[in-house]
Amino acid sequence: MPKDTGIGASDKRREDIRFLTGAGHYTDDIKHYGATTAIFCRSTVANGIIKSIDTSAAENMPGVLAVFTGADFADVGGNPAGWLINSRDGTPMKEPKRPVLAHGKVRHVGDAYAAVIAETELQARNAAEAIVAEIEELPAIVDMAAALAGDAFVHDEIGTNQCFDWGWIEDNRAATDAAIKAAPHVTTLELVNNRLVPNAMEPRCSIGNYDAGNDSYVLQTTSQNPHLTRLLISAFVMGIPENKLTVIAPDVGGGFGSKIYHYGEEALVLAAARKIGRPVKWTADRTEAFLTDAHGRDHVTKIELACEKDGTFIAFRTETMANVGAYLSNFSTATPTFLHGTLMAGNYTVPNVYVNVKAVFTNTAPVDAYRGAGRPEATYSIERVIDKAARELGIDPIAIRRKNFVKPDQYPFTSAAGLEYDSGNYDALMDTLEKHIDRDGFAARRKASAARGMLRGLGLNAYIEACGIAPSNLVGVLGSRVGLYDAATVRVNATGNLSVMVGAHSHGQGHETVFPQIVGEMLGIDPASIDIVHGDTSKIPFGMGTYGSRSLAVCGSAMVRATEKIIAKAKKIAAHMLEASADDVDFKDGQFTVKGTDKSVSFGEVALKAYIPHNFPLEDIEPGLEETAFYDPANFTYPSGAYACEVEVDPDTGKVRVDRFVAVDDFGNIMNPMIVTGQVHGGLGQGIGQALLEGARYDDDGQLLSASYMDYTMPRADDLPFYTVDHANGTPCTHNPLGVKGCGEAGAIGSPPTIVNAVIDALQSAGKNVTHIDMPLTPLRVWDAMQNA
Amino acid sequence: MASVAMVVNGKSITREVEGRTLLVDFLRDDLRLTGTHVGCDTSQCGACVVHVNGQSVKACAMFAIEADGAEVATIEGQANKDGSLNVIQQAFQDHHGLQCGFCTPGMVMTAAALLKENPKPTEAEVRSYLEGNICRCTGYHNIVKAIMAASGQDVTAIAAE
Repeated sequence: MPKDTGIGASDKRREDIRFLTGAGHYTDDIKHYGATTAIFCRSTVANGIIKSIDTSAAENMPGVLAVFTGADFADVGGNPAGWLINSRDGTPMKEPKRPVLAHGKVRHVGDAYAAVIAETELQARNAAEAIVAEIEELPAIVDMAAALAGDAFVHDEIGTNQCFDWGWIEDNRAATDAAIKAAPHVTTLELVNNRLVPNAMEPRCSIGNYDAGNDSYVLQTTSQNPHLTRLLISAFVMGIPENKLTVIAPDVGGGFGSKIYHYGEEALVLAAARKIGRPVKWTADRTEAFLTDAHGRDHVTKIELACEKDGTFIAFRTETMANVGAYLSNFSTATPTFLHGTLMAGNYTVPNVYVNVKAVFTNTAPVDAYRGAGRPEATYSIERVIDKAARELGIDPIAIRRKNFVKPDQYPFTSAAGLEYDSGNYDALMDTLEKHIDRDGFAARRKASAARGMLRGLGLNAYIEACGIAPSNLVGVLGSRVGLYDAATVRVNATGNLSVMVGAHSHGQGHETVFPQIVGEMLGIDPASIDIVHGDTSKIPFGMGTYGSRSLAVCGSAMVRATEKIIAKAKKIAAHMLEASADDVDFKDGQFTVKGTDKSVSFGEVALKAYIPHNFPLEDIEPGLEETAFYDPANFTYPSGAYACEVEVDPDTGKVRVDRFVAVDDFGNIMNPMIVTGQVHGGLGQGIGQALLEGARYDDDGQLLSASYMDYTMPRADDLPFYTVDHANGTPCTHNPLGVKGCGEAGAIGSPPTIVNAVIDALQSAGKNVTHIDMPLTPLRVWDAMQNA
Repeated sequence: MASVAMVVNGKSITREVEGRTLLVDFLRDDLRLTGTHVGCDTSQCGACVVHVNGQSVKACAMFAIEADGAEVATIEGQANKDGSLNVIQQAFQDHHGLQCGFCTPGMVMTAAALLKENPKPTEAEVRSYLEGNICRCTGYHNIVKAIMAASGQDVTAIAAE
């Protein structure tokens, strides 16, 4: 039975009240006294040499307070990549500098080369237009294969467009090659994982403040991880001491990855605030968001699946080109490698896996982690090629997956791609899926569709992903330059209510509601008396923020550990109050009781005593009741799932309609089912968007053709169905205290291959020999494929 | 500069504005009603939907002076008189129809306009009416469900929690 309150209850979200009444505080809602506006001059060409920039006219225009160009930042550091990848030959990846403002060369449309600070936005815009930049346009480097083959470079100083050539696991290469050569059946598929724009509804916004009296800075910014932003600005880009820089991410209107990263605009507003001694604000318009937010995906892949005639998998071999765009964004090198290659065994006992990824610089916006980050790419490749193999071998798509699933008695299971899966039950997920989808009724539904002239298809998928990012020891070995723990401080106030300061950042995930459910249950107190504090480096412990479905698994674990410390100390205080030994005190439902007696004090009484320590044994117990814990996970967590959908394809137009979608997931234990379901819905919306609608398109000149909502097809309400979501029977994670795995990205990982598999099934049912269509499956692409089949 | 007078959330206001000032900027910057949001620059996203004389309007596609003499309603004026959430707002909370909250004011204002025109919309009618409002968080499931619930329809049969 669902609980009414505490862990596992669908508490309504407390943060909704302010969002539903217009009382939220997003960064652009903040207005400082004396605030000024920054506007950026952005390149209109994809590749060019900056010959000169004449700012003299702009500097003398009304209201203009300062003008910056790349030369002003030539001596400060670059925005670094957070993960060092070594190529197969042992050489380190190429890391060209990513400056605050372009200097010498512009490298993508939207690359900022100057900025104007003025009293008003209009004055800043007028002055920005008066800046004369002479930029010698060069041919754009857009296509990845051409970039690798050509002799013109995005970054001349590195003499190549290849960032790295990575093999995983290189020692398995020869065995995988041999297994494929000897295999009775090999299925090959070439596919494109289409480039996406994350499109959080709130455009990026940053406000810089400088306090000359303390020589200190405050940056208010749209960030998923304020401490990481502070670290990057302090240690790499600007050299501002960390203790002199506060980074605040207030209410943030969605992120999906795009707000993990530090961007040059943040450094610019800080530098400008210092120079003019006033607050400086920059708010992106949507076009700037399209041109400069880190994009996602953009892989070109060839995958081979070798198997026995009975469908037993022998090997997966993958060759991928991954676009990193014009500069390395902070996690851009981890995403196509350790978040992708390590998942290339899927849910399967396949003995041989080898992955080769070449990362390529192009004259396009930087590409980095976007909801799913590498795992959608892995899942798409694996699950598409399995579907093709099943069709070639005449094996049922569910049966071929079941045949190769890791079985429940095999955990912990080390996959051929090197990860140790701790828990799961993929057959049970498939059982649940089959209960939901009424497969027996499919033939009748297909017939009914046919009677209306429509082709109905059924698509299936099984996925695994890695969340709870990440064990610092492991990622350190793999090249990460940061640790990926998180932290929480539980402060019990004297009057018995709590402030819980967390390193995770909530920008839609509902932490303000779910985290108090957990602490409240542990302490036996009303969650309403607990507030979560996040997003302000001056208030919270050093945490790594929210991405990679890590908030609950990592930060939530830190919060549990800190709460356990609170209980341990409170027991000591209670023992003192009850004149008993701490070992003899039990804690249950908010009451401390001496074992075997009715002597008891409440949590609230203990809290008060902690702050009024009269007669305290100060040699044994410090006053106060506040504890901090840092938690570093022992392993990734491994959510998994089985998805199915039915689509109808209109053979006259190629239009695809999603008729129904079922998502069965194993997220381990569930803290708030309502919120978890909402996370899956959101992921499905983005995944179906990728499969059917979305694509960032650059032309040969490097112009982004899809740079507005008129050109980039965001999923609308009438593009999507109601979903059936089931996560009731998960297998708990074995290595974190809550047994949770993470649910934020699953929908976006599992849904694209499900949709494409369904469309292929629909076309095959009409006798069309279509084995693959690249996403997005627009009406034109589907119709074309049918005509050419 | 021109003088504009309007009634915003029941309160009469008069201000001097430039002719080019958009209604959304007037609401956000001059009146400090920051619940109305700007999510795009092409009037596509719907985060800025308000009501002008009872009609839903994208406040980024209208000048403030065009609202001279009008009655304007924004998200800040939607709650009941006692401060509690109105039926639509309450349905959004009950059915988890929002996550990051950025598109939410526009969704609520659009939903109010829909239910005024069509008190018992079907699922297809709700989805169609939302074509000018983009949400990136929810996949729309719970928004559609919340609006149907706000109309008094039984939504228990709609899949999932």
